[in-house]
Amino acid sequence: MTSRELAAPPDALARANGYEAPPPRVGFFTDTSVCIGCKACEVACKEWNHVPDDGLDLLGMSFDNTGMLGANSWRHVAFVEQQRPLGNQDPGLTGLPTGPSGLDHTSEVVEARLRTAPRGGSELGTTPLPTAPGGGAVQDLGMPTFSRPGEGSGPESRTDFRWLMESDVCKHCTEAGCLDVCPTGALFRTEFGTVVVQQDICNGCGYCVSACPYGVIDRRPGDGRAQKCTLCYDRLHDGGQPACAKACPTESIQFGELDELRERADRRLAELHGQGVPEAQLYGRDPDDGVGGHGALFLLLDQPEVYGLPPAPVVPTRFAPQIWRRVGAAAAAFALAAVGAFGSVVIGDRR
Amino acid sequence: MGPPADAASYYGRPVLKAPVWEWGTAAYLFTGGLAAGTAVVAAGADLVGADRLRRACWLGSFGALLTSVGLLIDDLGRPERFHHMLRVAKPTSPMSMGTWLLTAFGPGVGAAALWELLPVRWRSSWPARLLRRLSRVVGLTSAVTAPGVATYTAALLAQTAVPGWNEVRGELPFVFAGSAAASGGGFGMLAAPPAEARPARVFAAVGAAGELVASRVMEQRMGLIREVYHQGAAGRRRRAAELLTLAGLAGTVLAAGRSRAGAAASGIALLTGSALQRFGIFEAGVASTKDPRYTVVPQRERLDAAARGAGLSG
Ligand code: SF4
Repeated sequence: MTSRELAAPPDALARANGYEAPPPRVGFFTDTSVCIGCKACEVACKEWNHVPDDGLDLLGMSFDNTGMLGANSWRHVAFVEQQRPLGNQDPGLTGLPTGPSGLDHTSEVVEARLRTAPRGGSELGTTPLPTAPGGGAVQDLGMPTFSRPGEGSGPESRTDFRWLMESDVCKHCTEAGCLDVCPTGALFRTEFGTVVVQQDICNGCGYCVSACPYGVIDRRPGDGRAQKCTLCYDRLHDGGQPACAKACPTESIQFGELDELRERADRRLAELHGQGVPEAQLYGRDPDDGVGGHGALFLLLDQPEVYGLPPAPVVPTRFAPQIWRRVGAAAAAFALAAVGAFGSVVIGDRR
Repeated sequence: MGPPADAASYYGRPVLKAPVWEWGTAAYLFTGGLAAGTAVVAAGADLVGADRLRRACWLGSFGALLTSVGLLIDDLGRPERFHHMLRVAKPTSPMSMGTWLLTAFGPGVGAAALWELLPVRWRSSWPARLLRRLSRVVGLTSAVTAPGVATYTAALLAQTAVPGWNEVRGELPFVFAGSAAASGGGFGMLAAPPAEARPARVFAAVGAAGELVASRVMEQRMGLIREVYHQGAAGRRRRAAELLTLAGLAGTVLAAGRSRAGAAASGIALLTGSALQRFGIFEAGVASTKDPRYTVVPQRERLDAAARGAGLSG
């Protein structure tokens, strides 16, 4: 039997959530191997969904100016510079006096500053990093200058180079931690199998923020409600595709029925492995992983954590039976202590 | 065993979002436990006829409950929509379960406290007698739901992706149950004369001992996250909590039965210890979200172990 035959029917998730005759489950396949880091997805998403602007500063992390996903960044393009070749690709640097990436230096500066940020930097998005206490407003991060890196030396200092870019997004988990813990019913499973926050219901309790194992959803400052990618729920209704997928010029972001996307991802992975890129791997493809698989799959060229993704997250809901058993036992002990305390007095008085 | 210092990460950025909850939620962990602890002491005191203990503890419970509700609503992003919590009852959401536990718990405490607040000369009037009878019935629902109120907050924290809370899911309920009992009993010792407060002392002592043991076991079983429980503000608060609870326990056993001052001092030590314990655990969890290592390293270890297992069997 192939895995295709073993897989659940394409509308199973929506049916399990009470929809009759739902459309097939849809999602994204983000193939990072063809991402060129143009950020058209970020911009299209902001425009369509009225996601507020939150600054355009570079953050000392290559060409990243979004930091991570958050209330005001529903797509985030990550940039990673590495001193190794990508498959057999020629980076086109032969003969150029190109030295090593400056990222080791900038990372050090960024990391130290993240530690002092109020929420460890998870809230920052595009907000510039706080400078060291007492320091000036802006610190030189060794960021792009008009002279080429390594120009001071010669071609002998040239290193291998590859530039990883990845457009991150809400995973629309099969088992979504955010949705499970939402106490108001604001977060819900749509008929397309996606996860959406109803803005007229959310009261900003913040539980989803801590229940998402990917650090995706967040409360929007000044608004107070939880915000994240809706997979353009409104566009899907009209038979359209999400704004980011529409805007992506390289088809790095592909929208479609999840079943088909999984097949496409498998084919692309085999292709890359055949082309001498053994490090290519799928992320969120496996329906047996800790969240039951993603609605938004990724093809990555390095380990997930290199892109800021958790390597093997588990939805907190899976621990609920164990947790409640322990809570029950603790509650019983608490009650027993109370009964014992008063019982001992009554018995003691009778004697 | 030193933790791997340089797990791969994206510029050291956290993988998780730090909780948006602020000190109010941490304080609620304490006040909610206190409301539950004092409610069972009050209900018990009512049954054994310890009038001053009963009165003090119903009023204490009511005060703690009102404070709790205030703190919870204040920590919402849209406080005016707090009642949206009552739209649904969701077993998968500990917060929803907690909302309904508090909804069942609150009225009894409110009715009992109202009766305690009535001027004595009105107490023989028929509406007052009706209130008294009513409050004894609903007061019982409060006493029955109190153990749930005292412990569900452990599920609230544990059922998150926060490593510092999720990984202590086995022991946290017992730490919170003990902490709530210690604070409830401690309050009784502080507010009622020693002659009446014996059950409060027993309850407090059992709770404090339970909390100390559970907290030690919890720490023993921690992996990498032990760091966040030892370092910084969280570590300081947890160390102070342990000392105060230990001192409060000793005072409860040795001095609180004999002197009012000893009882009051022990009660205050237990209450402060309980509060610091909650803040310490809350802050340790927050700290664990700010460094990607606490998320990535255990997951990577699990993956590697699974790969080794597959390699052996395959
Ligand atoms: S848990 Fe996180 S990644 Fe999964 S659906 Fe919710 S917000 Fe998206």
